[in-house]
Amino acid sequence: MTQRCECFFPVEGGRFEDAGKVSVEVKKMLKKIGIPDDARRRAAIATYESEVNIISYAIRGEVHLQVTRDHILIDIQDAGPGISNIEQAMEQGYSTANDRIREMGFGAGMGLFNIKNCSDTFEISSEEDKGTHLKILINR
Amino acid sequence: MTLREIADLLDARILVGGDHLDIEVKTAFSADLMSDVLAFAKPGSIMITGLTNPQIVRIASIVDNSAILVVRGKIPPEETLTLAEELDIPVLSTRYIMFETSGRLYANGIVGCVRKIQGPESVIPL
Repeated sequence: MTQRCECFFPVEGGRFEDAGKVSVEVKKMLKKIGIPDDARRRAAIATYESEVNIISYAIRGEVHLQVTRDHILIDIQDAGPGISNIEQAMEQGYSTANDRIREMGFGAGMGLFNIKNCSDTFEISSEEDKGTHLKILINR
Repeated sequence: MTLREIADLLDARILVGGDHLDIEVKTAFSADLMSDVLAFAKPGSIMITGLTNPQIVRIASIVDNSAILVVRGKIPPEETLTLAEELDIPVLSTRYIMFETSGRLYANGIVGCVRKIQGPESVIPL
């Protein structure tokens, strides 16, 4: 039987030192259940970018990883300021990052663009002063 | 080139992963912007960076970098090296600057992960 799994990982806003912890866990888990290298790598990159976004901009968020027979679904919901102009935020090079984010080596304005690039299906919705919701689907 | 040859060429110190020196490296990506590493690095490539925080190790693990080469003589803090050991990512440190490091590797057959960025001009600030 094809291995499946479902996990939740909380992410706290502002904790830059934690950036990447969830993604490394996600990657390990996907390796354990035998997801091929390319899909696993794309899932980890998309998770990493989302994690950094929560840490950089939101109060808190949650990564929900679900592996089904055919797909890896990464559902990310945060409580935060939301994105007022999604189209602009999706553009390569567009960023609202502050100095703290940039010092860590982030804020190049590649995040959402890169997440979309790693996904087979990508959905984003956001409500100002509420938060942002990403649905990343990757074929196994 | 193997990691051992890279270390010899750049007079680099091997800080983590002394038992992985036979790994063959064909491509590299030089950046201090980890966002760009996430976007452009290829599996198996060596990451060349001047950053030393633990993020470089997590990123390397996520994009499947074969190793991290820290430039400008920097030595990452203990927490970065401990994480590198835990995630099994070799870390080398060279005193050469990033330009020299990249040039010397290129002259020895290592190529970039991508040659040129494809896509809209918006990535290039006018």
